[in-house]
Amino acid sequence: MYRNASSLGNLADADRYHEPLSIDADDTTALLNGLQRMILIRVVEEKIGDMVSQGVVKCPCHLAIGQEAPAVGVAGYVRKGDRVFGAHRSHGHFLALGGSPHGLLAEVQGKDTGVSRGMGGSMHLIDIPNGLFGTVPIVGATIPIAVGAGIAAKMDGNGDMAVSFFGDGATEEGAFHESMNLAATMKVPVLFVCENNFFSSHLHINLRQPDTSVCRYAEAHRVGWARADGNDLAAVRAVTKEAVEAIRAGEGPRFLELVTYRWRGHVGHREDEDVGVKRKDDLAAWKLRDPISRLAVALESLGALDRQQLKRYWTDAHSVVEEAWAAATHDGYPPAKALLSRVYSGTMARKH
Amino acid sequence: MKQAPVTTGYGAAIRDGFEYLLANHPSVFTIGQGLWSPWYVGNSMTDLDSQFGRERVIDTPVSELGCTGAALGAALCGYRPVVIHPRVDFMLLAVDQIVSQAAKWRSMFGGQVCAPITVRAIINRGGEQGAQHSQSLQSWFAHIPGLRVVMPSTPTDARDLLIASVLSDDPVLYLDDRWLYGLEEELPPIEERNLALEGPRLTRTGQDLTLVGCSYSAHLCREAAARLSANGIECDVIDIRVLNPLDATLLIKSAKKTGRVLAVDGDWRSCGMAAEVIASIVEAVDPRVMRAAPRRVTLPDAPAPTSSPLERSYYPTVDYIVQRGLALVGAQQETFE
Ligand SMILES: Cc1ncc(C[n+]2csc(CCOP(=O)(O)OP(=O)(O)O)c2C)c(N)n1
Repeated sequence: MYRNASSLGNLADADRYHEPLSIDADDTTALLNGLQRMILIRVVEEKIGDMVSQGVVKCPCHLAIGQEAPAVGVAGYVRKGDRVFGAHRSHGHFLALGGSPHGLLAEVQGKDTGVSRGMGGSMHLIDIPNGLFGTVPIVGATIPIAVGAGIAAKMDGNGDMAVSFFGDGATEEGAFHESMNLAATMKVPVLFVCENNFFSSHLHINLRQPDTSVCRYAEAHRVGWARADGNDLAAVRAVTKEAVEAIRAGEGPRFLELVTYRWRGHVGHREDEDVGVKRKDDLAAWKLRDPISRLAVALESLGALDRQQLKRYWTDAHSVVEEAWAAATHDGYPPAKALLSRVYSGTMARKH
Repeated sequence: MKQAPVTTGYGAAIRDGFEYLLANHPSVFTIGQGLWSPWYVGNSMTDLDSQFGRERVIDTPVSELGCTGAALGAALCGYRPVVIHPRVDFMLLAVDQIVSQAAKWRSMFGGQVCAPITVRAIINRGGEQGAQHSQSLQSWFAHIPGLRVVMPSTPTDARDLLIASVLSDDPVLYLDDRWLYGLEEELPPIEERNLALEGPRLTRTGQDLTLVGCSYSAHLCREAAARLSANGIECDVIDIRVLNPLDATLLIKSAKKTGRVLAVDGDWRSCGMAAEVIASIVEAVDPRVMRAAPRRVTLPDAPAPTSSPLERSYYPTVDYIVQRGLALVGAQQETFE
């Protein structure tokens, strides 16, 4: 797509890419499913945001509203046997891979029925049956772990791969560079997916790195890379497809830089201001780059989607989420003994 | 003619452990720096790469964090990797992966998954190597719930506890000490042990004093006990073997019997393993049973020096332990302070 590794160019311009997507090349069923999944993620996260604002959900929640397309686009090429890792902002990854809204909503309430049985909260999500092997909030920490999962996949010899989702901030960590070098040297089947949303907490990438793009790191490590509009599901799917085919063919790791933007603050529900950052004008422009409405308009103009159906996607998502939320509120908390019984396999941890 | 018994050194016993694991458990692989080098990790892995292939004995770039994380990732996918750090000091670059990732993985995901990674790090002290090439840090790591910490002091344990560590479903930090590599003994046949059932072991019995140590310190304790015995003082010697989770049962029992405890550790004093040993005893034993206040012998709270006279006074010796033992039983005035 964009072959210049040094700069984001137009993709960084909030006033561009507001028009409907061009989707002719992709499969409309996949796009319709993707649209539905993005809507579900949006609605789940809005619910979590509401509950955070009401003080009902207290664990730190990092919402990915506005960033649904990378999760859904990549998940479309994840197959059974692959191993996916995420970070602190991974509700979308969890849901995109097929995770249960109830499991997520129970987890953010610390309930025993949560995906991590109430031991993790929003930042620690796991769903092995759907390929999500873990998300953790130490920035960059799962990048080497994903490489190891890729090494395991290579040893298994089934053509499976690992996927590592992380943000632009994580590319500033040593773990990222060690992992890229190791994966390139050992030809590990791993897909590195950087969701470049310009921010690491309160700091814009301009204040953290000498360039807005992080593809240059892939180039330095001799890892094949591609960059795409991370708010364009079709574009994300296109670059993912190519990368995944190369990985499964044994060519080693690939790196994707998907340029996107988060609509909410770094943590919590606030939209216009968070950890001291006001982004009003930028945010208004970025909302016109909404991955959901741009795709919906494009599908409508192709005749693949009508107003009724779209409306149904939203109402269905809302009812799924409300039901899941209500059920999760009635679920129980982990028993007291869980604190010590879940530390070691087979034995209790020492009490004192 | 009677055959001389075949003895095996501590380093060679570790190699035996790896050979057994690689030969019998296809899910085991090893990764780290120096694994293809004949000298770097001592005589503990020689030629394993040619025997088992370089896909299972992997030498890596200088990436302690990356390799430890990668080993963890493979562990989460059904393998039993051993990541090897030629020095504990270098492993510090991987502390996040050990402490915040591997040790927490099971608990933070609700006990649903396990992370059977073994991190082997070699303690390589002395020899004027100075502050950044001499650390052991077992006290740090024994502080971490979820991380089993193993320190063998004999060749048999070096082999069998390595095997048990790798076969354990929990993350294990296995620390071996180059100063023990000269020890030799006749090894019994290999038996796969459940690490969760392994713990401190009484290696000598006596009624006057309890000496407690781990790794090289346990070896020093055994030597000191032999010398003290010549002075008429009989010691219980306890080799801790598994520092975390610590099973203090044996320590408590022995302290109740002897009423005197000397805890020896080759790590620093403050918040250290020796303090943990004493605290575990003091909490459980009626003070009226104790015949003297428990004491500890540790490194002084200073980074390792390079200069050899300073180095000589830095590390606990058998002589020093003997003197502290004598002082503790009141057989002699304390001459060291
Ligand atoms: C090792 C570490 N350092 C700092 C933090 C604090 N922190 C949490 S999220 C974050 C920003 C990460 O930015 P990025 O990787 O771009 O992800 P995004 O939040 O944009 O999704 C920081 C600095 C942390 N969690 N871990």
